[in-house]
Amino acid sequence: MDVVKKYVEVAADFSPDGVMIPLWITWDNGHRYRIDKVTDYRRAASLKAGGAGIRYTCQIGGGQHFLFYEENYKWFVEAKVQKDSAFPGIDPDDTDSEREV
Amino acid sequence: MRRVILHVDMNSCYASIELLHRPQLRGRPMAVGGDPESRHGIVLAKDQLAKKAGVKTGMALWEARRLCPEIVFVPPNLELYMRFSKMAHAIYGEYTEQQEAFGIDESWLDVTASSGCCGSSNDIAQDISRRIKKELGVTVSIGVSWNKIFAKFGSDYRKPDAITQITPSNYRTIIWPQPVGNLLYVGRATERKLYEHGILTIGQLAQTDPAFLGGLLGKMGVILHMFANGEDQTPVSRESFQAPIKSVGNGITAPRDLVSDQDVKIIVEMLSESVSKRMRASQLKCTVVEFFALSSDMEYSYGRQHKIKRPTNISSEIAREALDLYYAGWYGQRPIRHIGVRASGLVDALCPEQMDLCVNEVRRRKLDQMDVTMESIRSRFGYGSVRKGMMLTDTDLSGRAEVKDHEVHPHGYFEAGNRTGVEKYAV
Repeated sequence: MDVVKKYVEVAADFSPDGVMIPLWITWDNGHRYRIDKVTDYRRAASLKAGGAGIRYTCQIGGGQHFLFYEENYKWFVEAKVQKDSAFPGIDPDDTDSEREV
Repeated sequence: MRRVILHVDMNSCYASIELLHRPQLRGRPMAVGGDPESRHGIVLAKDQLAKKAGVKTGMALWEARRLCPEIVFVPPNLELYMRFSKMAHAIYGEYTEQQEAFGIDESWLDVTASSGCCGSSNDIAQDISRRIKKELGVTVSIGVSWNKIFAKFGSDYRKPDAITQITPSNYRTIIWPQPVGNLLYVGRATERKLYEHGILTIGQLAQTDPAFLGGLLGKMGVILHMFANGEDQTPVSRESFQAPIKSVGNGITAPRDLVSDQDVKIIVEMLSESVSKRMRASQLKCTVVEFFALSSDMEYSYGRQHKIKRPTNISSEIAREALDLYYAGWYGQRPIRHIGVRASGLVDALCPEQMDLCVNEVRRRKLDQMDVTMESIRSRFGYGSVRKGMMLTDTDLSGRAEVKDHEVHPHGYFEAGNRTGVEKYAV
């Protein structure tokens, strides 16, 4: 399945000690997805979508998805071209987003 | 104790970053090159496939396409590359504060102090290589040695994505057989001189009597002898270190040939504004103005400089001096492709100066204030928010010719002075 880079609208929470955690994502059709939990965040590149920044591993509607915060202050997801899952992000089973160069 | 120095080189930096952001181009030969429309039509970087086809950096785009018809050209995005460079430096900064950039994609790191807590030099190199690959999505090749010169050799020795240790036990087998021209600061002229004396490899250079090399090439000969033997003592600068500025210059290849005085005036004015702005940012004034031009057929070049009476950083004064130099020499000749304006003989802007009875000081202060005001408006509302009236006489030219301030200038190895330790040879 083809994966494309998709910039999305994000609302985030800023803690007093400066940690930024995303709360929800708004898709371009206006649909809003709540991020139930952020299980991990680290600097990482997305070879599938093409980009690099801080990668948040998010639980959304029971599935695991990556949300990236690029150094240009934009957020993107690895979006599948076929929109058949509840959340049109990456395949929940496919947790290994890295591919060796 | 021997130093532990890493030289990290991002493999075909521009091309790798573009490929990361354009997954659809992976597996196809591609090159990053200027926009042929604006005539900066050369290859700046290429990927492995294009390299295999024989495409070289610096080649004209049409030449590259002839060698490799299916090649895809991507316009450069310097801001993006600088962002990646910054991210890489942030990673290096976790291992040492002694990191020195050599261009946008290469850095030396002195990790002597952290090799105790972060593991051996090889552990650190592997850690950095793995992290850059994971976090930035590009590969690096790293050279590890006890001096900067050999560390750089190491990173060039095997690429991409490799780590090469140059140790006292293996440098003779790895570095010495290489041609002498591969050594930093052996250019074509030096190479020819060395060839004439039968010095073909770095090993032969290393085994030549330094006194002989000193006689042949001066002090540089002795320095090259040290480089070849791994005796270079040049330290890795701290990341905040900046070598003192010696001159401020800016050049531009015009989007079309400049055929009239008015064309030249517009471009010189724009360049002078940029030079003036950069001098102000560093609290400097200049006492020498230089003008450079290259004809459209690239056959005729012209450069003149002039010492001026009063130190200045006023853009209109710099422009006037540069135009005087243009009128003095080039006037009425061929169309121009490239123009440069440079300010040198720099002095502290706050330095007291002798006023002149014959000069209207009030007017001068007004001109100075105008530059400051224009810059402050531009920093808030963008470059196009305010401009001089003459720019509107040819908006096509003034609009398309963009003078960039954030260009990356190549660094010299001796930028901070000669710190190789050559003194011990007492030449």
